[in-house]
Amino acid sequence: MAKPSPYKTKMREQPPRERIRNFQEVPYGYSPDEAMVEAQRCLQCKKPSCIQGCPVEIDIPGFIGLIAQGDFAGAIRRLKEKNVLPAVCGRVCPQEEQCEKFCVLGKKMEPVAIGRLERFAADWEAAQGEPELPQRKPTTGKRIAVVGAGPAGLTVAGDLIQLGHEVTIFEALHEAGGVLVYGIPEFRLPKFIVAREVENLCRMGVKLVKNFVVGTAKTVDELLKEFDAVFLGTGAGLPWFMQIPGENLNGIYSANEYLTRVNLMKAYLFPQYDTPIQRGQRVATIGGGNVAMDSARTALRLGAEHSIVIYRRSRVEMPARDEEIHHAEEEGVEFQFLTNPVGYYGDGGGWVKEVECIRMRLGEPDSSGRRRPVPIEGSNFRIPVDTVVVSIGNSPNPLIPSTTPGLETGKHGNIITDELTGKTSKRGVFAGGDVATGAATVILAMGAGRRAARAIDEYVRTSRW
Amino acid sequence: MNKVVQREMIVPNIHLLCLSAPLIASKLRPGQFVIIRPDQTGERIPLTVADWDPHGGTVTCFFVQVGTSTAKLARLRPGDEVPTFVGPLGKPLEINQLERVVLVGGCYGIGSIYPVARAFKEAGSGVVVMIEAHSGFLLYWQDRLKGVSDELIISTGDGSVGQKGRSPSHLAQLLAQGRRVDLVVAMGCTFMMNAVSEATRPFGVRTIVGLNTVMVDGTGMCGACRVEVGGKTLFACVDGPNFDGHQVNWELLRARRQAYYQQETISAER
Ligand SMILES: Cc1cc2nc3c(=O)[nH]c(=O)nc-3n(C[C@H](O)[C@H](O)[C@H](O)COP(=O)(O)OP(=O)(O)OC[C@H]3O[C@@H](n4cnc5c(N)ncnc54)[C@H](O)[C@@H]3O)c2cc1C
Ligand SMILES: Cc1cc2nc3c(=O)[nH]c(=O)nc-3n(C[C@H](O)[C@H](O)[C@H](O)COP(=O)(O)OP(=O)(O)OC[C@H]3O[C@@H](n4cnc5c(N)ncnc54)[C@H](O)[C@@H]3O)c2cc1C
Ligand code: SF4
Ligand code: SF4
Ligand code: FES
Repeated sequence: MAKPSPYKTKMREQPPRERIRNFQEVPYGYSPDEAMVEAQRCLQCKKPSCIQGCPVEIDIPGFIGLIAQGDFAGAIRRLKEKNVLPAVCGRVCPQEEQCEKFCVLGKKMEPVAIGRLERFAADWEAAQGEPELPQRKPTTGKRIAVVGAGPAGLTVAGDLIQLGHEVTIFEALHEAGGVLVYGIPEFRLPKFIVAREVENLCRMGVKLVKNFVVGTAKTVDELLKEFDAVFLGTGAGLPWFMQIPGENLNGIYSANEYLTRVNLMKAYLFPQYDTPIQRGQRVATIGGGNVAMDSARTALRLGAEHSIVIYRRSRVEMPARDEEIHHAEEEGVEFQFLTNPVGYYGDGGGWVKEVECIRMRLGEPDSSGRRRPVPIEGSNFRIPVDTVVVSIGNSPNPLIPSTTPGLETGKHGNIITDELTGKTSKRGVFAGGDVATGAATVILAMGAGRRAARAIDEYVRTSRW
Repeated sequence: MNKVVQREMIVPNIHLLCLSAPLIASKLRPGQFVIIRPDQTGERIPLTVADWDPHGGTVTCFFVQVGTSTAKLARLRPGDEVPTFVGPLGKPLEINQLERVVLVGGCYGIGSIYPVARAFKEAGSGVVVMIEAHSGFLLYWQDRLKGVSDELIISTGDGSVGQKGRSPSHLAQLLAQGRRVDLVVAMGCTFMMNAVSEATRPFGVRTIVGLNTVMVDGTGMCGACRVEVGGKTLFACVDGPNFDGHQVNWELLRARRQAYYQQETISAER
């Protein structure tokens, strides 16, 4: 075999100057030729180390080999054995931390572009019209309620319907997809892709009940009377604030509110859609994760002249994906590293006008192993702003735990589960995804969903807990 | 999809809206709200419930037509379907047997105070209902309210019906006369609820107000609805919407409710 090129095959993208004026997806995806070229870089290792980096253990050389041969239909079939949402994961997985991190090529050169190839195969399939649906096993007559239509819940539903069970998903919002529809912006994950996957589930026979808040419309105990098992995939949707002075001024949003207005409610199309959003000229985003990058890039697309990320550590500690940071930099997002807000000042009319910050330096490593930021006394300064997006994290919503006796929760309100099965402290109730782990990733939520589906299948067949 | 059973302008600018929603109707308790989205491009609009029928499976609200979204609601007709009707949302009011409760309602609150009065009455409390409007022709549901109260005190700005003036000052007079009141609950516009809280404050009478902040999801996910109560930031949709009026930061509340004023004007002129 010829020596592979040291670099990933480039993926064409919208140029930064153009894309900051629209909400269309940034990368265009591979053409079939580009995909085959990239697929041929894979060494088809006998002991593929890449697989250990994938939380759902996709047969990576398998699907890539099929792409290399031009058998795209085979490739997508192979992917779907392990991953029900390849079009989503190919786009949003932090591959540099997962599969691609372990690719042998990565030692000397760039790893195989596994994520891009996964995306290619999924998009290719979608372009062929309605996909073939997986075989359903004979009906078992067992009924399972899935609460929350995020990646965890969708995975559980997809797996259990194939095993022949009856599945009903209850979703609080008016669209299914969880963070995929309300959080991650259109320019990273077009919403039609999520809608397509949800539609496929419904075609397989999953019942989807939207606008249904479990905990108030029905409690988990009431669901247990109608269903043989309940899966809780309700995510980590409760936004944190810093509890500093002035934080409730107008113009200060949680990232969840900012992104929900734009993505779910389509405020970027206001006034065609009725939900408004403040189109700030000077927008500060507080935080350094994917959510912060999404907010800062959204602010640019809403017309901000300055979109400033304020992060208390330095660039290397930022938890956001490399690709997102890189895209943000290209688009002109400004960064204030080693900086932390300490308060906000208003304009006298209830609107935020300035954020007061303090400079930080890095001290000793903390429990997470990252160096702890320490404020530098007397270094306070102010940045003029008209909009602030607080993006410092989320925890699970207490609604379900507080209405479900016998469901144990941990320190941050996360539901305590057995990691291998998703079993909670309450018989018949399983949980997984962000609600169990705290805010994590799409593929980890799906992995948890897959394990829980297996355990649910066993439980409803045997009634053994 | 939920079907509209009735939509009717009951007094100028205030509409009654009744939808078929059997599950919600079987679960509602006084003080809770629902969210309705009139069409696929619409906002999620929170409305307090004014009545529900667990047997007939219907839920009734009153809304004031103020902007684009409520104008859309005002165009609904019986038989129309709305894409979102979700509830019950928010914490129900605590209902118990008290010697005397005073329930104050203005604008849409004349309707939404009704189930609160009914529940207190059923619990065996002494119930005084006070309602207010600019003029007599803006009042509604007086008969219903009479049916669930021991006393109905009407205040109108022009004095055309009942006493001239506003409920908060009439409530203050009542308290100044030394009448015992264990609890006051107020629902309606922010101005009135604030005034009621100020009226009862000197007398130390516990006062609950049903806040109507800006909201998006209504499930505790966004923080758009945050209010300061007793110096703490809370989310009105899940921690409320009913709070101790003496503890609410009213200035902040008013500012936050005005946040989208400019854009609402654009939306309304569209
Ligand atoms: C802005 C943003 C960007 C992100 N970017 C990335 C990325 O690039 N890559 C990545 O891997 N991960 C990313 N993540 C993280 C990832 O999206 C989450 O880890 C993942 O979505 C968790 O899935 P889940 O199914 O556990 O929960 P969620 O996706 O949160 O879904 C939970 C669902 O449950 C519903 N629900 C909640 N309570 C109830 C109830 N009581 N009744 C009924 N329904 C209820 C919610 O409405 C929601 O639809 C990002 C997250 C955010 C917020
Ligand atoms: C928990 C809760 C319960 C509510 N219950 C009810 C209810 O039962 N009936 C009801 O009519 N409304 C109720 N509201 C308020 C209602 O949701 C808003 O009036 C509605 O969303 C306005 O939408 P719009 O687009 O028509 O007006 P917008 O365009 O959003 O508002 C237009 C202008 O009117 C002002 N405005 C908005 N609402 C009011 C109001 N109620 N009184 C005076 N001025 C206002 C706004 O500040 C703005 O300047 C409730 C709100 C909450 C949070
Ligand atoms: S699902 Fe994610 S981690 Fe697994 S192979 Fe695909 S991109 Fe990599
Ligand atoms: S480790 Fe890299 S080269 Fe080897 S099989 Fe996996 S993707 Fe291909
Ligand atoms: S409306 Fe979003 S948290 Fe209350």
